[in-house]
Amino acid sequence: MRVALSVTCMNDALFPETGRNTAKLLRRLGVDVEFPAGQACCAQPMVNTGYLAEAVPVLRNFVRTFEEYDAVVTPSGSCAGSVRHQHAIVARRSGDAALAHRSAELAPRVYELSEFLVDVLGVTDVGATFPGTVTYHPTCHALRMLGTADRPVQLLREVRGLRLVELLEATECCGFGGTFAMKNAATSVAIGEDKVRNVLATGAQVLVAGDRSCLTHIGGLLSRARAGVRVMHLADVLARTEADLEAAS
Amino acid sequence: MTGTFLGMPPFPEAARRALEDGTLRANLDHATSTIRAKRDAVVAEVEDWEELRLAGAAIKDDVLLRLDEHLLTLETSLRAAGAVVHWARDADEACRVVAEVAKAHGAHEVVKVKSMATQEIGLNEALAAEGIDAWETDLAELIVQLGDDLPSHILVPAIHRNRSEVRDLFRSAMGESGVPAPDDLTDDPARLAEAARLHLREKFLRAKVAVSGANFAVADTGTLVVVESEGNGRMCLTLPEVLVSVVGVEKVVPSWQDLEVFFQLLPRSSTGERMNPYTSTWTGIHTGDGPQEVHVVLLDNGRTRALADEVGRQALRCIRCSACLNVCPVYERTGGHAYGSVYPGPIGAILNPLLVGPGADRQVDSLPYASTLCGACYEACPVRIDIPSVLVDLRAQVVDAHRGGLPGPEAVAMKAASRVLASGRLLALAERLTTPVLRIARYVGASAWTRGRELPAAPAETFRTWWRRKEGTS
Repeated sequence: MRVALSVTCMNDALFPETGRNTAKLLRRLGVDVEFPAGQACCAQPMVNTGYLAEAVPVLRNFVRTFEEYDAVVTPSGSCAGSVRHQHAIVARRSGDAALAHRSAELAPRVYELSEFLVDVLGVTDVGATFPGTVTYHPTCHALRMLGTADRPVQLLREVRGLRLVELLEATECCGFGGTFAMKNAATSVAIGEDKVRNVLATGAQVLVAGDRSCLTHIGGLLSRARAGVRVMHLADVLARTEADLEAAS
Repeated sequence: MTGTFLGMPPFPEAARRALEDGTLRANLDHATSTIRAKRDAVVAEVEDWEELRLAGAAIKDDVLLRLDEHLLTLETSLRAAGAVVHWARDADEACRVVAEVAKAHGAHEVVKVKSMATQEIGLNEALAAEGIDAWETDLAELIVQLGDDLPSHILVPAIHRNRSEVRDLFRSAMGESGVPAPDDLTDDPARLAEAARLHLREKFLRAKVAVSGANFAVADTGTLVVVESEGNGRMCLTLPEVLVSVVGVEKVVPSWQDLEVFFQLLPRSSTGERMNPYTSTWTGIHTGDGPQEVHVVLLDNGRTRALADEVGRQALRCIRCSACLNVCPVYERTGGHAYGSVYPGPIGAILNPLLVGPGADRQVDSLPYASTLCGACYEACPVRIDIPSVLVDLRAQVVDAHRGGLPGPEAVAMKAASRVLASGRLLALAERLTTPVLRIARYVGASAWTRGRELPAAPAETFRTWWRRKEGTS
């Protein structure tokens, strides 16, 4: 099985460790993951802001880059959701029937990380060790667009040393919403502050989620509040092993 | 006299103002979480809830697909039952019919059953211009009206008010329009309800003409249906001599059998009750019983425009339960006024642009962006309106409506991003610039982002560069 990593434009530019950890984790599980250098973005920023014409070349590049692979793994529920639910809309609007067909063929092979681990590889124990108290925020697109359900929680429960504590009102949005965070900044911050309050109430040291976009927003609020709680991507937690701990100490 | 939404600022500005009101936020938080919990509990009791949702959506879709046929059947049935049928293309036409009926009976006042359609067309204001007072009889609508306020929620229009605010309002305003509130009125709910009852009873008994909407209109029998919690609507539907009902054309259902589905979906979704306390149905005229003159105004007002929208037409399935408002993170913080319409929340964010069309009004154009696209509304909707997808499609319509002129900064940025994000090579080039840009942004700290949040630290190396360095390929 040829597997490609779709690292996402955000992880590529701002959170390279999440990309490195996704690759490391997949390789540890025996997946010879490739990084096609032609990749750029899934087009979600354009689609969700209403720039569908501008999304077409981005979608075209996505399809061209990934269509030769058997599976595409991305550490983002939001990007995977966009591929599965929005690419068809963009492709149809483009009037390019061949592109619509190719995109429809590819979309079901694009997996969010936890889906790929649990559904395709069939593992929940990925051999990770992470000492600490953690709480998990199921990001909206992973939860509702993709229906990842409790897969990330199944994975976290198997991590050695990790104590998972429940987040109150976990399924409520954090208020990020892509360009919403800028266009409606005041409302975005107000929603996020309630999320932060719930995170702090757990007493956890780390907030984990499967989307760097939401984590950037919540993390930005947490550090503004000098809360002392870190945010981490699911891949960053799952990639840690006993050996990493020993190397660090 | 109630206020008007006309000339409201676009959503971001109205929302920012609403967010500064601490009492409002506390009232909203309390009310929405209470309704949400009630709804979750009663929905969980129904084993075939998902099948019911599918059935509700299917019935409405079938109605919309053959709307013309169903409406003609409805018109025929209504006429056969003795009702007078009027067709209204827009708000003006609908308001004129109601005013003419009232004037024909020399009525200087009408009592009203809570109705979204009449609020949508600004009926109270139009009647006031003709010298006719329109009295709201729904308790929450009465609170809004007495306060010269605007509704903030579809089902609970006074959701933004707490009990002590209501007490003060009753004391200060009831006397001006009828039976005054007792001087020793407290904020005890039973005392407040009693004051409203005495105030309204006088109006029910005095009014010659009543105005209602309808939750459903059964085509094959010509029956109109109103579901409610208080019974005040039933008073209006039975006591006055004349009844005028303003009904959106999408309210038609083919037969009584279809109501079975909606009578399960609606109360559980809206009030979190297994069954609504009052269900009134009336079919034309019955000699010696109830109103002896019945008018039905079938209202378009943008509905056929919405129907022509391939993606958006599903919004016409809406049964006005307001479940989407109660689960919406945006609505919960801003309240309904920020949406600048009688239809607030997620459904308002799609319905208003669909009725009016994109590009005509800045305020309406801002509504499809008043959402984080979290999808909670779609999950809660009893007739499965895919609100997030409609929002995205409407955003595209708003963008397209503004193409052609001088592009704004956002359009310029999106065009540039589109070029860069369509090529791994160009993105790699751009990423070399991203790091310094982020550093400057952190330093300047003036963006909309940094007003409430920190920016992430810029990494020393992008993933792409790291991969090339480690793997030596690509």
